[in-house]
Amino acid sequence: MHELSLCQALIEQVEAIAREHRATRVTHILLRIGPLSGAEPELLRHAYPLVAAGSLAESAELVIEPTEIRVRCQRCGAETPAAPDRLLCGACGAWETQLISGAELLLAHLELEAPDSAP
Amino acid sequence: MCTTCGCGQTTDQVQTIQAAPASKEVVMRGLLAENDHQAAHNRAHLDACGVFAINLMSSPGAGKTSLLEATIEALKGELGIAVIEGDLETENDAERIRAKGVPAIQITTGTACHLDAQLVHRALHRLDLQGIDLLFIENVGNLVCPASFDLGQHRNVTLLSVPEGDDKPAKYPVMFRASDLILCTKADLLPFMTEFAPQRAEQHLRVLANAAPFLLVSARQPETLTSWLQWLRDELRAQRERLHAGHTTRPNLQGLSEPQADREGAIPGHTHGPRHAHV
Repeated sequence: MHELSLCQALIEQVEAIAREHRATRVTHILLRIGPLSGAEPELLRHAYPLVAAGSLAESAELVIEPTEIRVRCQRCGAETPAAPDRLLCGACGAWETQLISGAELLLAHLELEAPDSAP
Repeated sequence: MCTTCGCGQTTDQVQTIQAAPASKEVVMRGLLAENDHQAAHNRAHLDACGVFAINLMSSPGAGKTSLLEATIEALKGELGIAVIEGDLETENDAERIRAKGVPAIQITTGTACHLDAQLVHRALHRLDLQGIDLLFIENVGNLVCPASFDLGQHRNVTLLSVPEGDDKPAKYPVMFRASDLILCTKADLLPFMTEFAPQRAEQHLRVLANAAPFLLVSARQPETLTSWLQWLRDELRAQRERLHAGHTTRPNLQGLSEPQADREGAIPGHTHGPRHAHV
């Protein structure tokens, strides 16, 4: 259950950014999470309210955008999608591939409410 | 940020892109940026002390501590070894290591299922690295969470014991993708557990696009440790050459894989010595 520590790290970062911008509230958080990041989106969603309670991001909408696993073949050069337990080249079948996406654990986008930007 | 002691801080790769007005922020920041920053600091400390650090990961009971006992025995008088032990509770493992005459710091995590860079940093404060060549960080037994946290080590070594079954790499791809070396432990049980095919385990590892060496070892049969001990000596020599040239290295990354060259970089500034005393 390291999703709880991930959420704690997330809230700390979000609050720091919100403070930098003198925001009073965070309304929207977008994460990009890859299947090979080791984080489970569903568990992150469950852990989030526990950690966010009492923070500037308490009422923020948490959106998690899954990313696709893609590999680049070091044999034939093709870029193809792959499965988490099977990172083979989709074109020639070689295992000598490099992951080009699918392990992201990113805070991608935030929407904040600041006194001077409130409607 | 080094919140524990306020000691010399290292640079971080965190990038923040702020491209929108104050109400909408586009950021691209790793969720574990704080941990990664602390890990970079730990690595700089280890590099300043000339210590090569290995993160040992496996399921509970795969034989990490037994492997360490046998390794310490085999390298006695040749290399200086220290151990950081991670468990939920008890000092048992640290006591087993100390009984071998090697300094060991026990981290008890309570309910946490993994070590993080902050915990390792605190343990490093309690460890005198003078005369130490190799530091083993024995992570909490768990094939899931430890793979996501950089501790400041130079290499990841994952144990897969014969009784666990040969399909573990397929079941835990995040962990086995992050391994620089796989040790197939309890190999003395292979004649009794014919359902475990080492070739199949290795094939599962290759399917994860991991070219790491796969070695069969048994802590009960010291003669099987030869390749593992040689791997340690070779890695230590390579690291010394890197340090001599002002470079260091990171383990096989949990995140996006990078070409080997990108894993080696200049050592960030670090100002204190082996005793890790901060003023």
